[in-house]
Amino acid sequence: MCGVDNAVDYKGIGFKAGIEIHQQLATAEKLFCHCRNERSEELPLEFRRRLRAVAGELGEVDAAARHEMARGREFVYRANPETSCLVELDEAPPDSLNAEALEATLQFSRLVNASPLGEAHVMRKTVVDGSNTSGFQRTVLVAGDGFVETSKGRVRLPTVMLEEDSATVLEKRDGVTVYRLDRLGVPLIEVTTEPDVVDPDHLHETAKRLGLLLRATGSTKRGIGTIRQDLNISVRGGARVEIKGSQDLKMFPKIAEIEAGRQLSLIGIRDELLKRKAAPVNGIVDVSDLFEDSDCRFCRGKDVFAVLLRGFGGFLGREVAPGRRLGTEFSDYAKVAGVGGIIHSDEDMGKYRINELEAVRKRLGCDKDDAVVMVVAPDRVARPSLKQVLKRARMALDGVPREVRNALPDGTTSFMRPMPGSARLYPETDLEPIVLRSELLQSVPLPELPEETLKRLRSTGMGDELADKVFSSRRRHLFDVLFEKHKKEAKLIASTVEDVLPSLRRKGVDVPDDEVIAVFEAFFAGRIPKDSIPNALRLVGSGKSLNEAVSSFAVVGEEDVARVVRDVVAKNPHLEGDPKAFQKLMGDAMKALKGKADGSVVARLLRKELR
Amino acid sequence: MPYSKEIESALKKAKIRVGDRVRIGDIEGLLMPRVMGSPDHVIIKLDNGYNAGVRFSKSTALERSKTHEPKRIEEEFEYEVEEEHAKPSKKELCPPGKPPVALLSAGGTIASKIDYRTGGVTATLDAKDIFASIPELQEQVCFAEAVDVCKVLSEDMDHTHWQALAKAAAKSLRKSDGVIITHGTDTMHYTAAALSFMLPGLGKSVVLTGSQRSTDRGSTDAAMNLLCSAITAKSDLAHVGICMHANSSDDYCMFMRGTKVRKMHSSLRSTFRPINDYPLAFVWPEGRVEVTSPRVERRSNAVPKPDTRFEPKVALLKAFPGSDPSILEYCVKQGFRGIVVEGTGFGHVPTQAKKSWIPSIRAAVESGVVVAVASQAMYGSTNMEVYSNLRVLFRESGAIPCGDMLSETAYVKLGWVLGHTKSAEKAGEMMLTNVAGEFNSRLEEDMFLY
Repeated sequence: MCGVDNAVDYKGIGFKAGIEIHQQLATAEKLFCHCRNERSEELPLEFRRRLRAVAGELGEVDAAARHEMARGREFVYRANPETSCLVELDEAPPDSLNAEALEATLQFSRLVNASPLGEAHVMRKTVVDGSNTSGFQRTVLVAGDGFVETSKGRVRLPTVMLEEDSATVLEKRDGVTVYRLDRLGVPLIEVTTEPDVVDPDHLHETAKRLGLLLRATGSTKRGIGTIRQDLNISVRGGARVEIKGSQDLKMFPKIAEIEAGRQLSLIGIRDELLKRKAAPVNGIVDVSDLFEDSDCRFCRGKDVFAVLLRGFGGFLGREVAPGRRLGTEFSDYAKVAGVGGIIHSDEDMGKYRINELEAVRKRLGCDKDDAVVMVVAPDRVARPSLKQVLKRARMALDGVPREVRNALPDGTTSFMRPMPGSARLYPETDLEPIVLRSELLQSVPLPELPEETLKRLRSTGMGDELADKVFSSRRRHLFDVLFEKHKKEAKLIASTVEDVLPSLRRKGVDVPDDEVIAVFEAFFAGRIPKDSIPNALRLVGSGKSLNEAVSSFAVVGEEDVARVVRDVVAKNPHLEGDPKAFQKLMGDAMKALKGKADGSVVARLLRKELR
Repeated sequence: MPYSKEIESALKKAKIRVGDRVRIGDIEGLLMPRVMGSPDHVIIKLDNGYNAGVRFSKSTALERSKTHEPKRIEEEFEYEVEEEHAKPSKKELCPPGKPPVALLSAGGTIASKIDYRTGGVTATLDAKDIFASIPELQEQVCFAEAVDVCKVLSEDMDHTHWQALAKAAAKSLRKSDGVIITHGTDTMHYTAAALSFMLPGLGKSVVLTGSQRSTDRGSTDAAMNLLCSAITAKSDLAHVGICMHANSSDDYCMFMRGTKVRKMHSSLRSTFRPINDYPLAFVWPEGRVEVTSPRVERRSNAVPKPDTRFEPKVALLKAFPGSDPSILEYCVKQGFRGIVVEGTGFGHVPTQAKKSWIPSIRAAVESGVVVAVASQAMYGSTNMEVYSNLRVLFRESGAIPCGDMLSETAYVKLGWVLGHTKSAEKAGEMMLTNVAGEFNSRLEEDMFLY
């Protein structure tokens, strides 16, 4: 599936993968304050902050934290007072943990056989990319030691956590990142797996299963951005690489396949580099003078700096993933320090109109196996950028760097930041730990398992195909509400919810859930005929009141229907005895009744009249 | 906070101490001290960094772990081209040509450090640490000296701390262009007022600062507050004042007169506001100082002689509907020499009420106690005429009106005044004299809720 090369022996290459899922919860309020858990349209508040890297647990600044600090970012936050209070503004301590969110997390823990802790401690996880105004994310380990069964064996789930979501990036410009705060503090369940996933397809299956179990709690948000999955992938001799930002489950196998290939390529390159005794040379050389009269438009008269990578010649152009070379990986690192990109000696200099490569090579003392990397930038940007290149080159001699990477739409990935070290967590001293008493645990209802849900839907008599559709639908709750109440007409409800409503939405008519329920109430009360439900929904969704809609389609009594049918037949005496009279007159009768009667009733009476 | 007796004895029996690697039930990790949480749960730091509380009962297996903590993988450091985060050298602490500024510590959040393992907060101050975490300081000042004057949370302070700080500041001012005092924010404005009275004839600035967000978090306000305070300390202003965030953004700070400033919010960064005054100046972290007040003193060669005499037997009371005046009688009986009453509005106290304060105030004044009345409205001034009850209080009973002076400042001032004279009459005169900018003769509309 999805272009996965089944010829790859994943067991043979030591493929291992794990998933980390973040699922937003649809609680009424946020996790640590009483703000509404919803999106704001207007963001009238604005304020600016700088985050500083702080000394971590070991007296050292965490690797990831330092990395962000080196970027010297200023952050702008936009907020709406309805969805952001002083807690989101980092201007007041948090309120106590939202009970609804804790209950949903405990429910999920039961579904995945995880054991809740005796006492849950709120921790602060250092985050200095600005996505948390405080500089840390609050996170609570709630349960551990769970598992899910899959077709390829048990996948262990070491941790189930409850944490606050981060702010959303609105834009990045000139070293400033702008965030919106409405999402900050939204409760998330985070569940991680051990690296028990054995191949790319298994990754898809496991992610899907966990997604269904999360949904089974009935407390999850639906829609784009409400669930985020990070993939952890490694091959033997490679390293754990975390891939963020893929929303599409169907892409997982492809991403995993490409990442496995990338790691194998990097390992291969490492072996060859070691054979060549390759070594990056510390020392950043100013070669600006060589470019004073360059034909290259963006180099001419600019500051150009270069570094020498002994033995790297030919490898920078080596492809490690579709369309991405080792040079691209180096470039990703350099960009983090501020340059737009790098120029390396495995590239075609003709496209830049650079004729100075030989002179640069000579200046640096290059042999034929050596590579040169250049950047065009002022001193203060060029030096840290080339330092990043030297660092990445040194990593290439060890093979695969431990990194966090960003998934791109084509299934390849790009470098985001180094893997955070472990010095990122310390206790949230503003909140008391929460004792998870056994009474609390026992009071948490065990939700219906996904397979039970499917079984229940199929047993309603709507047909398996429709049942499957409802099962995986984001509107399932609406079906459940309508069917639970009346316990009949499952097929009608399902097809209305799954076919009629989406088709109305495509036409720009959005019917709120409570209006749909009201229309069905009218139907079950016999006030409108079955056939008129779609039209009634259309009217209600277009702003008409329910009463207006009902009166347009009010059921006409059988006597009245019979009278109309008699009239229609009487007006068409020429059709008497015509075997096709029924087909010809049915349309006329329905038109005359304007949808106020059920087709089946009309047909029965028409047949009787024609007999 | 200790664990329960059962846990403590189980730990003792197994010879396990905090920080040891233990195994309890299925869980393994480092034993944490109990800083918070219920006493019958053992707190373990797991290898993933999370803390977990494990319920302990007699049947719980608790033992020293035989495995080792997994090695931390900090690969990022291995590839670094050079070490970038060394502590600054002495030369960096005092870059040549930069104006010398002294740093005095009086404790508080800004000088506290978190133990990341336990979450416990300890008071420490190390000028080198501060310099290392705020590299921009080197562009502004040289830290001539750093002195721990006291290590207290500001709610635990009293006049002896003010006296020690005044003396230390006066001493440091001889060797520096200005002094920064790091201080807990809760009572910083009391200290600012005290130092304003205790350091007369100031030719340089004494700048108090603190933080509302602790320094363990990336969003701490301490960095900009300290940077702006350093810039204020070397500026040509000569005031005791508080320098903290002007608003929620990390844009600039306000430097506010020590006698006319107050903590107005329990948690906001911009908690300190000038009351019945404009800020003395806006201070930008890049180094700009914009003087905004028409009433400022400029740098001079004057050497302050600390004048720290203080009478601690002064009370600060609040009058409120139905309040019982016998509290005044109690104070007199207890030997208090001065009482500041926070009256309502223009300075009213219950006057014709069943429980009128007037007879008690009159009796206190007659027995030689100085009674001063400030307004709990905070903004605006007391008044002696507008209502007849005010005339009864101020004209007939002998209470001293505090005008637009803050009640907290009036309390500090009365203690300082009574430290200087035994005469109630003289004390009354001094209370009405503008000693350290505590009175503002012109109140403007824009000063309200500044």
